[in-house]
Amino acid sequence: MSKVIKVGMADLNICKSPDIITTIGLGSCIGLILYDPVTKIGGMVHYMLPDSTQMRNHSNIAKFADTGIDELLRRVTRAGANRSRLIAKIAGGAKMFETTGMSHVNNIGERNALAAKQKLRELHIRLIAEDTGLNYGRTVELHCETGEFYIKAIGKAIKII
Amino acid sequence: MGKFTLEEVNDRYVDVLREIGNIGAGNATTAVASMLGIRIDMSVPKVQLLEVSKLGSAICPEEEIIVGIFLEVQTDIEGSMMFLMKMGSARFLVNKLMGRDEDYQRDFDEMDLSALKEIGNIIAASYLSALSTMTTLVITPSIPYIAVDMAASILSVPAIQFGQYGDNALLIETEFGDDIMINGYFILMPEQDSYDKILTALGLSI
Repeated sequence: MSKVIKVGMADLNICKSPDIITTIGLGSCIGLILYDPVTKIGGMVHYMLPDSTQMRNHSNIAKFADTGIDELLRRVTRAGANRSRLIAKIAGGAKMFETTGMSHVNNIGERNALAAKQKLRELHIRLIAEDTGLNYGRTVELHCETGEFYIKAIGKAIKII
Repeated sequence: MGKFTLEEVNDRYVDVLREIGNIGAGNATTAVASMLGIRIDMSVPKVQLLEVSKLGSAICPEEEIIVGIFLEVQTDIEGSMMFLMKMGSARFLVNKLMGRDEDYQRDFDEMDLSALKEIGNIIAASYLSALSTMTTLVITPSIPYIAVDMAASILSVPAIQFGQYGDNALLIETEFGDDIMINGYFILMPEQDSYDKILTALGLSI
């Protein structure tokens, strides 16, 4: 029997086959997974903001793309994943309200997605799939048995990337 | 500027927010009651200080579908505000407004969304008008934007806004209704500098 591990907002965790790791209702946040297809070890971070260095308060490392991805990488490799085999997938980064642009957080979803790409490039980890942007929430699951990343949205068919 | 964080929120500030919530909800109740032609009572709002990471499940389970109405505000205060309702409350209000049976359950169509947006707009504007009166600051709201989606997804917007400054968020819950009670939640999200302005205007600067 596989277990389901839940990751909250500004949270991260790791997962091994046959277990599933999930986060519910990603809005403008990003759910990023790292996965080693050979050992079938993976992990997920659900971060809220692109950059910890622009913040005064950054005690929670899972809240930011840069520090969150670093920590996730540390955790999955410590659990036995091979760094050179790791692949990444991302989902989320939606713009929940179709605002016109006055507000500072207006394009935060897009900036969150870009932050993942930049960080992964620095770390030389391949981003092999993404489902980001648009204007709806997503619940995501990484099935460690197969490496499949399930994306569920209200009123839409389940997508697997 | 910008020294204020919600970690330092004191009881007096919460009292003032509750009072603004009270007046705002009072204004909103009157407006909605006359729009729908029903009698409405309301309760005293509850103000909650929550951890940002818990906001997604603060009003219902994370995956439950809710309605969020979002407005940007500008002029003396820069920022945004949100009014949130659970589906039961939203359906009740739309069905009343459209003159339908109370048990009508079909998915919202364009007209329904537009009606909800307008109800949310009236409620949010009533709240902002109370805030404006108490602070004597000029607050200009944008047109309303609506989202019907998972609670955690909608609440990620205020979570991120508050998350930029600290680890806490303020949520104001209000309840009004006659036969059935409507639950609504306000979240006011001023930019950092605007917090100081609000506090100073209220004589509460720290």
